[in-house]
Formats: sequence, structure tokens, C-alpha cells
Amino acid sequence: MAFIELQNATKKWAGAVGIDNVSLSIAKGSFVVLLGPSGCGKSTTLRIIAGLEQPDQGRVLIDGRDVTGVPPSKRGISMVFQSYALFPHLNVAENIVFGLKVRGVGRAERDERLETALARTGLKGYELRKPAQLSGGQRQRVALARAIIADHPICLMDEPLSNLDAKLRHSVRQEIRSLQRQLDMTVIYVTHDQTEAMAMADVVVLMKDGKIEQAGSPASLYEEPATAFSASFVGTPPMTLLPASGVPEALLPQPPQAAAKENLILGIRPESIRVTAGSANGLQGTVQNAEFMGAETFLYAGTAAGPLIARLPGRVSRAPGERISLEWDRGDAVLFDKTSGRRLESNSGNAGQKRAVTA
Amino acid sequence: MALYGWMLLAPALILLITFAFIPAFETVWASLYSKGTLRRPSHFVGVENYLSLFSDPAFRKVVTNNLIYAGITIPVSIAIALGMALWANAQIIGRGFVRAAYFTPTMLPMIAAANLWLFFYTPDLGVIDRITALFGFPSVNWLGQQETALYSVIAVTIWKEAGFYMIFYLAALQTISPELREAATVEGAGRWTYTRRVVLPLLAPTTMFVLVNALINSVKLIDHLFILTKGGPDNASKLILYWVWEMAFAYFDTPQAATMTTLILVVLGIVAAVQFAVLERRVHYR
Repeated sequence: MAFIELQNATKKWAGAVGIDNVSLSIAKGSFVVLLGPSGCGKSTTLRIIAGLEQPDQGRVLIDGRDVTGVPPSKRGISMVFQSYALFPHLNVAENIVFGLKVRGVGRAERDERLETALARTGLKGYELRKPAQLSGGQRQRVALARAIIADHPICLMDEPLSNLDAKLRHSVRQEIRSLQRQLDMTVIYVTHDQTEAMAMADVVVLMKDGKIEQAGSPASLYEEPATAFSASFVGTPPMTLLPASGVPEALLPQPPQAAAKENLILGIRPESIRVTAGSANGLQGTVQNAEFMGAETFLYAGTAAGPLIARLPGRVSRAPGERISLEWDRGDAVLFDKTSGRRLESNSGNAGQKRAVTA
Repeated sequence: MALYGWMLLAPALILLITFAFIPAFETVWASLYSKGTLRRPSHFVGVENYLSLFSDPAFRKVVTNNLIYAGITIPVSIAIALGMALWANAQIIGRGFVRAAYFTPTMLPMIAAANLWLFFYTPDLGVIDRITALFGFPSVNWLGQQETALYSVIAVTIWKEAGFYMIFYLAALQTISPELREAATVEGAGRWTYTRRVVLPLLAPTTMFVLVNALINSVKLIDHLFILTKGGPDNASKLILYWVWEMAFAYFDTPQAATMTTLILVVLGIVAAVQFAVLERRVHYR
């Protein structure tokens, strides 16, 4: 049964769509990431679940209870903000117990829970510092400690890592995930970084223009992108999209029906692409750049159909300007409808068609 | 390099020395001499001027007046300013209009404001008497009787100052991130708790600044006295600086005026030092 449920929520601002008829159900104890480019409505969705924003239409249910219109403090949630929203005049300990104090929790219990929260977030010894005396990573921990001390079953996080440097982000990511497992919290996490989403989520909800584009496990988003947008948003480097008409017949999967090639887009993951010296069957291209990443090399090539990225194992030395031939197994490629952006199932075209209708 | 530094300092230094330090020292010096007349030139008298000042009942009256004046105008105008700022910062309709309306008294010169209030206070014809007359109250000569003169002057000052201090509070409120309010809301803090536990502490530096300004103004702002009461009746609304002006330019008793000025300088200096020393530790600066 769904623990958190969003039913047909719509929120519009003057001239802008926040979210449009979004329905979402989230299982208890899961880690759900709302992913999407800026302005896609992911933060609005989170704020509606938090109760900081009221939907124009639709309902929010938490644990079977309709909480639409209920203030945030009565929803059993805690929240981590992008800027951490620490109170600058209070020290670490005061910041963390702020909520307990407001709720009138007794001194002894407050101290005990503070100890636990400090230990969990590795903040022991920093109790008396002011936020201004902490590093970005430490501030982030304080925000996290403030969120977990309340023992609320739900924690909402709005891009909590975006102010940290790349290295720190990587380690905090894992800490958040293990904290969530330890405490068995249901976490809804907003980010625009697909790496974070892929690394942390049980369920990724990809959003675009106020609508849910695709929801599913990271693997399903990667392996079975429902739309060309999903395909190009998930994965580093993203899936290459080429007009089907520019790709040699040998590299094209069988289209579901006798669809005109002009209406199809071919998608191919970088790791499925092979580079051969000179094969007449392949897609002919020119090397533009090669990025050596250590275990692999990203090869950027220009072709008649458009630019393309290939991910090749090991170190590959290709000089810019070199002529190459690109190949892949036609089974690895996917086809998208040009107008709807929906993926077309190679042989059983029904699923893709059905989705295309609802869109 | 040292020369270069002094050159950069020079304009401020020259101006300060010419117009602040030298006159201040001359004032202190003058307070130690007797009043010179044609027949008896001024001569050194030491602290005699101070002693005669302390024994002057007018001095005690004026100091008491100023203490009452400061004791009421400072807290009341700060409280009103804070209240107005919190209100004008909230999401209300016509917010711009409210801000402008609050700020208008500040833009008026004190003399103009005093003239305006003169019309309000005029017995029988003034706005206040007209309104009270509607409810059957007798006419009151607000500025002309000892019991009400000082408080009428105080009201004008508060009306004038509160809007000015509000601007500082408004500016400070703008710097408080809206996420703090949301975080507090999520943590279960209501409007009042949020204001008391988060907003007021974050406004402390502004309050400190406004407090120092209000204190200085309570001594130095006397323009309205010239229009409203001229310190009367019978010194009932006379403030220290007005008294100094009177002594210096109406009675030409320069040594006495210099003595009083020296006292003001000393007291204000001590108060400022104490304020900064005591409050500095209790105020959170970002």
C-alpha cells in the first residue's frame, strides 16, 4: 500500500505551470528521487507534499490520511533545504533541537536525542559552534541531524547536496542512503543530477514541464527509457539520438509497423557503439575529440546523421579528424516516435502505442 | 608609503580636526572660564561653572525632562518601528502603499512636521480638539499647560522617528531567507514562535544600531521645540540642547552653555561605550 500518495495534484502560478495533474504513490521505507531539469516541477511537487505549498487541485495522502490543507508540522515530516536553512544565531546543538524545543519535549529527552543525532551524523564536538564557523559539509550534517532528531517517518530533501563540492557529494550521498536504511525513513529527494538519482534511488521519478515523464527503478529508466527525453537525461554520457533516416539499414532495429523512417528517432547507448577502422556497413564519421577517463574513453564523433558519443573500454587513441566507421548490434538500439517522443517497442508495438495515446 | 597613507587620511582628518575636535576642546576650555564682560574680562574659574550648574533648579528640570523624553521616545518608537516593519514585510495587499505611508513623516523636515502638529494641537480649532469635541470632551491646550506639553512633544518625535527606524528594520527583514521561515514551520514553530525565536534575534544588530541612533536623537533633535513650545510653559517641555542654545544665543552665557555641552559630550560618550561593550557580546552579527 502506498504510504505517500499524490492524487492529480495541479499547481499553477501566473504565467507558469508548476505541476500539471501529477499522481504519485510512494511505498513506505523507500528512497524516491524526483529528477528533472530546472523548472520541471520537482521542487513544487516536494513542497506540496511538505505542505509548504497548497495544490490548486488534487489531494495529498500520507499513511492513508488526507493531509491536503494540513500544516507541515502536523504531517509527520522533516525537511532538508538546499541552503540548509540553519538558524545563524543558534549553535549546532540549538539548531538541532529547535523543533523539539518548539514542541515542548522535556530537557532530559532532548539531550538524549541530541546525543544520538550528533553521533549518527558525526557532529560530536561541534555542538557549540555557530553555523558560520562550519564548513559546507558540516552545515549539511547539521541540517540532516535536525531532520532525523524528530524521528518522523518521512524526510523530504530539496537538492541537499548541490552546495557541496563533487568529492564531498559522493561520500555524503552514501551517508544519507545508509542513514535512511538504518532509520527506515521514507525519503523523497529532489535533484537535477541524474548521477545522484541513479546512485541513491529505489525509485526515480523523472519529471518534465510539470508532468511525470517516467517513474521506475534506476535500472528500468536506463534500460527501458519510455521517451527520448528519459533516454537523453539519464546516463553519462547520455544516449545518442539520431534521425533514423540518416542511419544505415543494417544498424536500424525493425520498426513495429511500417512506420516511415522520417518519423523515427534512433537511440543508442554510448557503450553499445563499436568503432571499426573502415567498414562499409557502419555509420561513417569523423573523430572530433577523445576524452580519456581512465577505465574508458569517450569518443565524440561527427556523422552525417548528427553528433554521437561512444564509450570505449580502456584507452583509445584517435586523432581528431580521423575517419572512422561506427557500428552496433541493431538489438541494442531503440526507436522513438519523432512527434510524441515515445519509445516504440521493437516487435510488440502495442505498449509504445498505448503510452503514446495517453501522452 | 607612510606618507601615502597620511595623504589618504588627510581630507577626513583635516575636516574632523577643524570642525569637530578643535571646537570640542575649545568648548571644554571655555567651560573653565567665567563669563567676560566689558568691565570684568573672563578669567579661569575651574569647576565653578559646573557647581553653579548643578545647583540650578532649571538644570535639574531640564535633565529630568530629557530623561522622560528619552525614556519614552526610544522604546516606543523602536517598538512601533518593529511592529510596522513586521507588518509591512508580511504579504499584505497594498504593501508598497503602507511602506510609503509609514515613511512619509521621515521625509518631512522636523520644522515642517512640527508646524503640522501645531495645527493638530491648537486648542478649539485643532484636529485633536475637534475630534474629542465630537465625544463631548472639553478643549485642551495640549502645548500650553505643564502637564501635557512634554508629552505632546514626545508624541511628535515618536511620529517622526518610528518611520525612519522602520526602514532599517525592513531592510534587515529582507535579508532573512524565506527558507528559515519554512524550516521553522516544518519544525512546528508558529508565527509568534518564529518571530520570537528567529526573527527578533536576527534583528538584534539592527535594534542595536537603531538604539544608539535613537539615544543620540533624543539629545540632539530639538527642532520641533522651536515651533511647538519653545521649552515652555515654565520649562515644562525644555530639553537639554534647547536650554544650551538658549543660554548661548538668547542669554549669551557662553561659559554656562559650554559647561552644559561638555556634560552632554561626556554622558553620551559613556552611554555609547557602555552600549557597545555590553550589547556587543549579546548581539549576533553574521
